[in-house]
Amino acid sequence: MSVVAFIDTRGSKVPKASAEALTYARRIADAEGGDVVAVTFGDAQGLGALGAHGASKVIVARHVKHVDGQQLTRLVAAVAESSGAKTVVCVHDATGKAVAPRVAARLKAGHVPGALDIPENGQVKRNVFSGKAQAWVLTTSERRVLSLMPNSVAASSDGGEAAVEEFTGDLGAAGVTVKEVKQAGEGIPLPEADIVVSAGRGMKGPEHWGPVEELARTLGAATACSRPVADMDWRPHHEHVGQTGVAIRPNCYIAIGISGAIQHLAGVNQSKVIAVINKDPEAPFFKAADYGIVGDAFEVLPKLIEAAKKLKAEQ
Amino acid sequence: MKILVLLSQVPDTTARIAFTENDTRFDANGVQFIVNPYDEWYALVRALELNEASGGSVTTVTVGPADVEPTIRKGLAIGADEAVRIDAQPVDGLQVAELIAAYAKDKGFELILAGKETIDHNGGQVGGMVAELLDLPYVPMASKLDVADGKATVERDVPGGLEVLEAKLPLVLSTAKGMAEQRIPNMRGIMAARTKPLNVSPAGPVTGAAETTKFQLPPAKGAVKLIDAEEAGKLIELLHNEAKVI
Ligand SMILES: Cc1cc2nc3c(=O)[nH]c(=O)nc-3n(C[C@H](O)[C@H](O)[C@H](O)COP(=O)(O)OP(=O)(O)OC[C@H]3O[C@@H](n4cnc5c(N)ncnc54)[C@H](O)[C@@H]3O)c2cc1C
Repeated sequence: MSVVAFIDTRGSKVPKASAEALTYARRIADAEGGDVVAVTFGDAQGLGALGAHGASKVIVARHVKHVDGQQLTRLVAAVAESSGAKTVVCVHDATGKAVAPRVAARLKAGHVPGALDIPENGQVKRNVFSGKAQAWVLTTSERRVLSLMPNSVAASSDGGEAAVEEFTGDLGAAGVTVKEVKQAGEGIPLPEADIVVSAGRGMKGPEHWGPVEELARTLGAATACSRPVADMDWRPHHEHVGQTGVAIRPNCYIAIGISGAIQHLAGVNQSKVIAVINKDPEAPFFKAADYGIVGDAFEVLPKLIEAAKKLKAEQ
Repeated sequence: MKILVLLSQVPDTTARIAFTENDTRFDANGVQFIVNPYDEWYALVRALELNEASGGSVTTVTVGPADVEPTIRKGLAIGADEAVRIDAQPVDGLQVAELIAAYAKDKGFELILAGKETIDHNGGQVGGMVAELLDLPYVPMASKLDVADGKATVERDVPGGLEVLEAKLPLVLSTAKGMAEQRIPNMRGIMAARTKPLNVSPAGPVTGAAETTKFQLPPAKGAVKLIDAEEAGKLIELLHNEAKVI
């Protein structure tokens, strides 16, 4: 049975999450004996190279330039119909969230948002209660939509070249128009970062963020912060991680002067490795940490920066 | 404007997460329930702000059994005009969306606002599904919303930047941080909420496409490895050589 994978291919190279979604779709298709049809939009060239990640065929709607949920849903549903696919794979990110729920509603299909692994006996694992637990969702409908959580499946790239076909059918009018895309400043976008250096109220004031930024720069990390820090405008709001901010799952999360309140942990507990620097040995964050330093951030940070610079110089 | 806000009831952010009946159900024993923070802080408050400027009404809608009523009264206390409860046990996003879409159809809502996700199921899907079922445009995770001349200007964070979008009403949005600030209900609001309408609407037919079959708590974390503050640099070495994450 073919699997349809709806992916974003905008930008100078294939987004990591899109390569992961194709790999994921490939694994499902292999288990069921079928092909992967990638569906995308926009101007990206060299789409045949998506075959490397598992696509047999790529269908691209060139006339859709931005994420319009209605047009893209019509596109994905049309391809799902014509290819007879029972499974539609999307990515659980800003693009996928505009399309996947709509496709599910249109196809009367069960949707698994934030799928972590391929289905086992029709059941798909996902995080619930803001990372405090996991659940298995059974889809009982004829078709299903699985939105893959970024960073859950390692992208493979050993496939060949895919055939590319342009979709020229009518997708109806766009419901939203994109007026402007403001590029964020330099630095690594938080949700995509492999390493995150984060700091909290223990830093005492915005004027003390220099060493935090320096450590992040040296490690090639993004910066993040706790909620009160963003609320007091010490740091920009998009850096706020936690239950009510951004949920992230980097390989390495370094938390400095953050107590580790349950609402903070909810946004970072999916990190692979957590290192905590806090002067209070009783700080709850140590219970969730892999590595810890009980000490004053203002004394520890210069040592970390020095060691990080040494490491980078050696590499 | 006539605005509909999707409100869901969730366990408090500090609630103990545990499961019963062979790990198939959430253990609600002793758990305090709250309005989903995104629905309350962002969707509801922004709806009220928009109407404070231009007039109109704010209706909240919740799919749930009778015991959610005390929770959803909070929406009235904060300032909503009417609360609607659709009488069904929520099972799956599509079921909830179908019930809400059936209720909202033909009622002339110009804006339908949801939170970006609930803090229990974390699906972020109901808003998009409602939009599809009503054939309306939808923008997920909006951090800013203004309305003028029947047109909405919306901002949302996307990887590496910010999108500024425009859409005609009616429109469905899910709302995220930046949209509005939390409001604490005052005494007058709480008193007024007692006499505001909380209407119960029967549930119509639904598809039933997915169900959660089992829950599991994450494996307990091993003990933290402590590094002496004097030798803090060793942390970098361990993250590189042992954990291999930097
Ligand atoms: C509904 C709800 C949602 C919430 N959502 C979020 C969320 O999304 N994200 C979030 O972060 N919070 C959230 N919170 C707030 C959360 O409960 C905590 O209040 C917050 O995370 C605390 O931030 P903090 O750790 O920076 O500050 P504090 O709790 O003040 O902790 C500061 C820490 O720094 C340490 N410290 C002080 N000085 C030093 C020093 N010199 N060197 C080293 N360490 C030092 C202290 O020992 C302390 O542990 C939410 C709360 C509620 C009720």
